[in-house]
Amino acid sequence: MLTALLIMTGIALVLGAALGYAAIRFRVEGDPLVEKIDAILPQTQCGQCSYPGCKPYAEAIAKGEADINQCPPGGEEGIRKLADLLGREFKPLSEEHGVEKPKSVALIDEQTCIGCTLCIQACPVDAIVGAAKQMHTVVEPLCTGCELCLAPCPVDCITMVEVPETVQTWKWKYPVFELRKSA
Amino acid sequence: MITRLFSFRGGVKPDAHKSESAHAPIAMAPMPERLIVPLRQSTRATARCIVQVGDLVLKGQRIGEPEGTLGTAVHAPTSGKVIEFGLHPLAHPSDLNTRCVVIEPDGADRWIERQVFDYHTASREQALAQLRDCGIVGLGGATFPSHVKLGRGTGIETLILNGAECEPWITCDDRLMRERARDILAGASILRDLIGARRLVIGIEDNKPEAIAAMQAAASNIDGETSVVAVPSLYPAGGEKQLIRVLTGIEIPYGKLGAEFGVQCFNVGTAHAVYRALAHGEPLLSRIVTLTGNVARAGNYEVLIGTPISHLLTLCGPKPDTDRTLMGGPMMGFALPRLDVPVVKGTNCIISASPALFPPPLPEQPCIRCGECARACPAELQPFELYWFSRAHNFGKAQEYNLFDCIECGCCSYVCPSHIPLVDYYRFAKSEIWAREREKSAADQARDRFEFRNFRQEREKEEKAAKLAAKAAETRAKLGDTPAPSTAAKADEDPKKALIAAALARAKAQKEAVQPRNTDQLSADTEAEIAEIDARRIKASLEDPAASGNPPSPDRSPESTP
Repeated sequence: MLTALLIMTGIALVLGAALGYAAIRFRVEGDPLVEKIDAILPQTQCGQCSYPGCKPYAEAIAKGEADINQCPPGGEEGIRKLADLLGREFKPLSEEHGVEKPKSVALIDEQTCIGCTLCIQACPVDAIVGAAKQMHTVVEPLCTGCELCLAPCPVDCITMVEVPETVQTWKWKYPVFELRKSA
Repeated sequence: MITRLFSFRGGVKPDAHKSESAHAPIAMAPMPERLIVPLRQSTRATARCIVQVGDLVLKGQRIGEPEGTLGTAVHAPTSGKVIEFGLHPLAHPSDLNTRCVVIEPDGADRWIERQVFDYHTASREQALAQLRDCGIVGLGGATFPSHVKLGRGTGIETLILNGAECEPWITCDDRLMRERARDILAGASILRDLIGARRLVIGIEDNKPEAIAAMQAAASNIDGETSVVAVPSLYPAGGEKQLIRVLTGIEIPYGKLGAEFGVQCFNVGTAHAVYRALAHGEPLLSRIVTLTGNVARAGNYEVLIGTPISHLLTLCGPKPDTDRTLMGGPMMGFALPRLDVPVVKGTNCIISASPALFPPPLPEQPCIRCGECARACPAELQPFELYWFSRAHNFGKAQEYNLFDCIECGCCSYVCPSHIPLVDYYRFAKSEIWAREREKSAADQARDRFEFRNFRQEREKEEKAAKLAAKAAETRAKLGDTPAPSTAAKADEDPKKALIAAALARAKAQKEAVQPRNTDQLSADTEAEIAEIDARRIKASLEDPAASGNPPSPDRSPESTP
């Protein structure tokens, strides 16, 4: 009887120690779910989801404070990915947060620009270069198309230009067989 | 010598249709009215234009400077005048535009002075730079820059020359080997020296006996271990990995290059171009193009890069029932969306297609999982699985089934009893995956930049606060000797308030110290005048004389001034 008790206690102690060690050794820093959600979000940092950036939105989704359909740049595909990741139902993009648009970049009309630096301060990814009373310009490959520079511009010299398709970025279309032609 | 040949799995045997165009010798295509030279002549790289509209250029003059690691130079194919620099459609299934230089030939075809390049004494690096500056790219169709391929390490055992030309209808390499075998072999021995290969193996499909004979005759004249090997005609024996497998038995795994296994493979056309570039200093200005299909006069032509395809079609005379024009072979080529596009370095064949020769595809039917495609696949994939995943947009799974091992040879579509355009699905899936990867890297970059900006803003805020604190401490030290007792007591509670109070006290003291001085040091006349005015004012309104220091009220001012 006593031997059995001692053996059981011994096993419990060894397992407890192993679990305790594992809890310290394999401790996970931060919430891995936030990282996973953040990886799906398009990183435009546009704030259309009503959070100040993609990471805060990812945190809000992970906490259950925000819904998954608040990201217009991510579009329907982004919502589908989030739904898959979180095991939720797909829902269409919430209209109050905006509509899905083709990828665009900001373009500064350099004739009109007065060099006020307001757009530089608004750009979340530092994609606008210029200095006070000097012409500003957008570094096109870095622009995420978040449109945050449009509102602060006092002379309305920034427009969004759709990114044209090039031979490099062109995609093969999904094969569709034309029924009418074959009939 | 090679005694034993290996084989690759799968493959198909479509009708070769080589005889239509293989009989006639290579003819020089006549000069078109204008040449449209695209600056994008190698994979993933566009050259930078270095000429201006109105410039007169000579044949072989460089018009595009190579940019990036995959860039190669672009040259004027003939002498003439640059009449335009702008966007023109490219011979590409997308029908999109790319930057082109349009040259109006002057008819003289005057060469620029060719720099003699002594490749015997030049270093390897110099030779590779010369190839880049001569715009040499792989002429098998992929247009991969040769200097990059050659630069991938030495210590290569075997150099393979690819003369298989397995795709039906195409005969440009066949004619080139028959007519210019000596130049090809000279180029091959240069390539062999550049990569330090011990032996040279030339693989030619056994349906080209004349080419094999010509190459064997030429090969007997060069030094080193050289063998011309007839490989069985089986599509796609001319695929790089397939030919390496057949000739050496080496199977190159995904993501690895032939160089890592001691073999490198070059097209015979590329070897010819390398010889012209290194032995004669001639850049790549023209290539052999097969014109065939539903035409009156099929044949091979030496065509200047930039010649419009519509101009070429007048040479071969497409028959009236031609309904579309293919670039490349019928297995891997594509239908040209338009015919005013120029010939590029990768254009090996133009086929006029008619419904009789190339029947329109039958309606796609459901996959019956017969497995024919898996038996035909030379890359040993499972095409039906790839088809399911691509069709369902399940790209991750398609990648797991090695979608990127697919060489898009078209064997699976060729054998499919349900007429499924399988390759179209793979191309769709591949380009979607590439687009996603581009988006992903752009998003990662944006995230890094956003996080760095936040970090920078925090840092700037801290620096500003530190600066202010330092300044405040300095001021306090200055005032430290003479603070009023009340401010000193407050200073312990709130240093900021204390500073403000101190500043206010200083301002007040300054204000008190400064007194209006416009009544000092006046002349006797002015003093008398002031006294008179004051007297009048007292008399008029019985004001207190003490108020005389105050300025006069506005309604009185006209009286007060004389």
